Amino acid sequence: MLQLLILIVGLAAIAWVNWYFFMAPKAAVMAKASASGSQEVTITVEGGYSPSVVRAKKGQPLRLIFDRKEKSPCSDEVVISEFGVRRFLKPFEKTVIDVTPTKAGTFEFACGMSMLRGQIEVEG
Amino acid sequence: MQPTTVNIADVTIPVSGLTCASCVGHVREALEEQPGVTAANVNLVTREAKVSFNPGDTSVETLVEAIRSRGYGAELPVVRASLAEEQTAQEKAQAEEYNDLRRKAIASGALGAVAMVLSMPLMSGGDHLTHGGGDPILGPLMNLVEPPMRTAMPWLYSIDPTVLKWVLLTLTVAVMGWAGRQFYTRAWTAFRHRTADMNTLIAVGTGAAFVYSLAATIAPDFFVRHGVPAEVYYEAVAMIIALVLTGNALESRARGKTSEALKKMLLLQPAQARVLRNGAEVDVPAGEVQGGEVVLVRPGERVPVDGIVIEGRSAVDESMLTGEPVPVQKEVGDKVIGGTLNRLGSLRYRATAVGAAGMLSQIVKLMREAQASRAPMQKLADRISAVFVPIVISISIATFVTWLLVAPEAGLVRALSAAVAVLIIACPCAVGLAVPTAVTVAIGRGAQAGVLFKGGEALEKLHGVDTILLDKTGTITQGRPSVTRVAAAAGFSEDTVLATAAAVERLSEHPLAEAVVIAAEERALVSSPAGDFDAVPGLGASAIVEGRRVLIGNQRLMESREIAPTAFLATAEEFAATGATPVFVAIDGLLAGVIAISDPIKPTSAAAIKKLRIKGLRVVMLTGDRKTTALAVARMVGIDEVVAGVLPEGKVAEVKRLQQEGRRVAMVGDGVNDAPALAQADAGLSMASGSDIASEASDVTLMRSDLEAAVSAIDLSNRALRVMKQNLAWAFLYNVIGIPVAAGALYAAFDLLLTPVLASVAMALSSFSVVSNSLRLRR
Repeated sequence: MLQLLILIVGLAAIAWVNWYFFMAPKAAVMAKASASGSQEVTITVEGGYSPSVVRAKKGQPLRLIFDRKEKSPCSDEVVISEFGVRRFLKPFEKTVIDVTPTKAGTFEFACGMSMLRGQIEVEG
Repeated sequence: MQPTTVNIADVTIPVSGLTCASCVGHVREALEEQPGVTAANVNLVTREAKVSFNPGDTSVETLVEAIRSRGYGAELPVVRASLAEEQTAQEKAQAEEYNDLRRKAIASGALGAVAMVLSMPLMSGGDHLTHGGGDPILGPLMNLVEPPMRTAMPWLYSIDPTVLKWVLLTLTVAVMGWAGRQFYTRAWTAFRHRTADMNTLIAVGTGAAFVYSLAATIAPDFFVRHGVPAEVYYEAVAMIIALVLTGNALESRARGKTSEALKKMLLLQPAQARVLRNGAEVDVPAGEVQGGEVVLVRPGERVPVDGIVIEGRSAVDESMLTGEPVPVQKEVGDKVIGGTLNRLGSLRYRATAVGAAGMLSQIVKLMREAQASRAPMQKLADRISAVFVPIVISISIATFVTWLLVAPEAGLVRALSAAVAVLIIACPCAVGLAVPTAVTVAIGRGAQAGVLFKGGEALEKLHGVDTILLDKTGTITQGRPSVTRVAAAAGFSEDTVLATAAAVERLSEHPLAEAVVIAAEERALVSSPAGDFDAVPGLGASAIVEGRRVLIGNQRLMESREIAPTAFLATAEEFAATGATPVFVAIDGLLAGVIAISDPIKPTSAAAIKKLRIKGLRVVMLTGDRKTTALAVARMVGIDEVVAGVLPEGKVAEVKRLQQEGRRVAMVGDGVNDAPALAQADAGLSMASGSDIASEASDVTLMRSDLEAAVSAIDLSNRALRVMKQNLAWAFLYNVIGIPVAAGALYAAFDLLLTPVLASVAMALSSFSVVSNSLRLRR
C-alpha cells in the first residue's frame, strides 16, 4: 500500500515538473507601436526572459529593450541569430537593440549558451 | 536644516507629433508637472525635449510616459555605447564574476573541508552508506584516512554527536547562505519564469540533502523509530557548493578567454591621431579624424585610420589584420589601414574611411556578427539544452522512487543520495557551451590570421568540401598583368598597335586593360581619345579611335566579327605557352597585331596548392583565358585540372556541374567578378578587394590575397569542427553515462555508487574541460 502511494506520488511529481516547464502556456506580448512608427517592447531579464514571446509586425523597426535585473552570468549575453546580434547586457541596466524584421516567422533569441530562450513572432 | 546637494541629470528625449507652438507648451507642462523636474525645454524644430531632473524623484521612463499620456510620441533616448566600451564593460563584469566566484570557492572549500573532518566521527561505526560506501573513490579514501585521524584527534571522537551535528548545521548554513546563495536565488527567479538551469539542479540537490539532514538533526528519534538512520549530510552540501563554485570560476575564466581575439582587435585602434589642421600638427582623438584630412604617422606608431599615402615611404606591419607576416612596403598612392603598425619611415596620408567605415571597424563588426551566429551543429545541442533540466529532475525523482521501492535496507538514505547525485552530476552547461565556445574561439583565431568567417555555418560548410575551384587571375596570379610582348602585322608598327589598343582600353574596366594603358604610357605613346566604346563581356571591347573602328579582345571576339586571326595564331600560341594572355587588336576589320599580357604568379601559390592537394582536395583552375595560357600557368603551380575559356556565367555552371557530380565545392575568387560562382559554391572564399570586406556572396573573406590564407581557412575549419564534435560527444557521453551511474545503474552488478560529492567534482570538471578544449583553437 505504502509502495503504491510512493509510486503514485513520484509519478505525479514527474508529471508536474514536465507540465510546469514544458506545457504551461507562455504569455506573448505585442510590441507597442511608438509615434515614429517603430515598435518597442521591454523584456525583463531575470533568470529568463519575460515576456518570452514577443509579437511584432514585419517591415517596421523593432526596438527590444532588455532590462537586466541580475548579474548571473547565465544571462550576460543575448543572441538573436536571425539579425546577427550578440550583445552583452550590463547588469541592472537597460540595453537597447534595434532590429528590423524583414520577413514573417518565428525567430529565437537566447542567452549565450542557449539555456534561456525567447521568441520573436513576426506577423506578415 | 542642512542644505542637501542633489545630482541633477539632463536628458534629451525625442518627441514626435509636435505640430504647433501650443504642442510645445503641452509637452513642457506635462514634463514640469512631474516631481523632480527642474527644467524642461521643448524644441519644435529639433523635435526634442531637454529635461533636467533629479533622478531620485523620477526616471526617464516616467518622463517618456508623461509625454505619451498627453498624446504625443516620445521615445527613450538611446545611449549608444561604442564597441570598445561595451567590450570593456563585459570584461569588467567577467573579471568581477571570476573574482567573486574564486573568493567564494576558496572560502566554502575551507569550510567544507572543516565540515568533512567534523563529520568523520559521525560516519564511523554506523553504516555510512551515502558518505562513502559503494563510492569507488571516496569509500576507500575514507577507510584510509579514518584510522590515523582517530589516533591524531582523539578529542574529536569524544565530542557528543548531537553537538557535532549542530556545529555542522551552523557551518553549512553559513556556506549556503553566503557562497551558495546565488544558486538558490537564481534557481528561484528561473523557476518563476518556468525555466530551469544549472542553478536549479544544484539548488534542488543541495536543498534536499540539507532538509533531510536538518530533520535528522532536529528530530533524530523520529528517524530511528521508523528504522531510518538519522544521518546528516552537511559536509556533502558544503563540499558540493565549494566544488561547483570552483568549476564555475574555472569556466568563467576560460570563457573570458574565448573572446580574447576580439579584445585584441579592439585594442589595435590607437586613441590618438596626429593631423594637419591649418598648417599645424595637432593631436586629436582618432575618432574625430575627418575623411580627407592629412594624417601623420611616425615610425613605431600605429596607423590611426584608413587612408592613401601622399608623402613618405615606409614598411607597415599588417599582420594583425591580414596575417601577412612580412611588412608591406608603402609609398605614395598606396593604401594604409587603421590599426596596422608603421615600422620604419614616416608617412603622410589622406584619411579615406573613418569611423565605422574603416577596415578595422568592419572586421570587428563582422567578427561580432559571426560570433553571434549559430552553427547548424548547435541545433541538436539547443534542442537538448531546452529540455535538459526538467528531464534530469524527472530522472532524479524516478531514481528516488525506485530506490525506495527496491532497496533492501535503508532505502530512504540510498534513495536520497542517488537522487541528489543525479541532480548534481548532470551538467547542462557542457552541452550549452560545446559549440558556441568553439565558434567564438575559431572565428577570433581566424580574424587574427586574416581569415574572416561569416559565422558558425561558414565554418561547417568549408569543413565538408572535397573540391576547390581557384580563379586564375588575382587568385593564383597577382592580378597585376603587364604587357610583355607586342607583335604587329605587316603595315602596322608595334607602337601603333599598342597606342590604338590603349586608347580603347582607357575606357575599359577589365583587369587586362590597365596593363595595355600602362605599357603605352611607359613607351610615351599618345593617341587621341576613343569614342563609342562598347564592352563585350568575356570577349573584349570595341571603340572608335581617330575615325577607325578598333576591336580588341580574344580570338573568339575576332572570329565572331569574322576577322580571321589565322596569321597570328602561331604567335598567340607561343605567347600563351609562357603563361601570357594573347590579346588581338583589329583596326577597321583588319588584324593589326597581338599583345602578350602576362600576369605573374604569386610566390606562395604553388606551395599553397600543394598543401591543398595533400589535404586530398581536388584542385581545379577556372579562367576566362584561353586554354594554352591556362595550362601554362597550371603547369607552373602544379594543377592538372583546368577549365579555360569560361565566361562569368560559365563559372557558375562549372560549380553546378561539379556539385551535380556529388562534389562539395569551395570556390576561391575575388568578391566582385566571381560573386555568382562564390554564392553558388558550397563554400565561397573571397579575396578582399578594396575596402569592402563583407562580400555578400562569400562565406569567408580572406584579408590577404594569397592562397595560403585559403589553406589556413580550411585548416581552421577542420580543427574547429573536430573540437565541436569532441565537445558535443564529451558533453553528451558525460551526461548519458554519468546520470545512470549516479542513479545507481551499476550498483546491482558492481556494487558501484557515486556520492553526491564525487558527482559534483565530475560536474565541475565537465564544463571546464569543454571550454578548455575550445581554447585549444587559439593556437
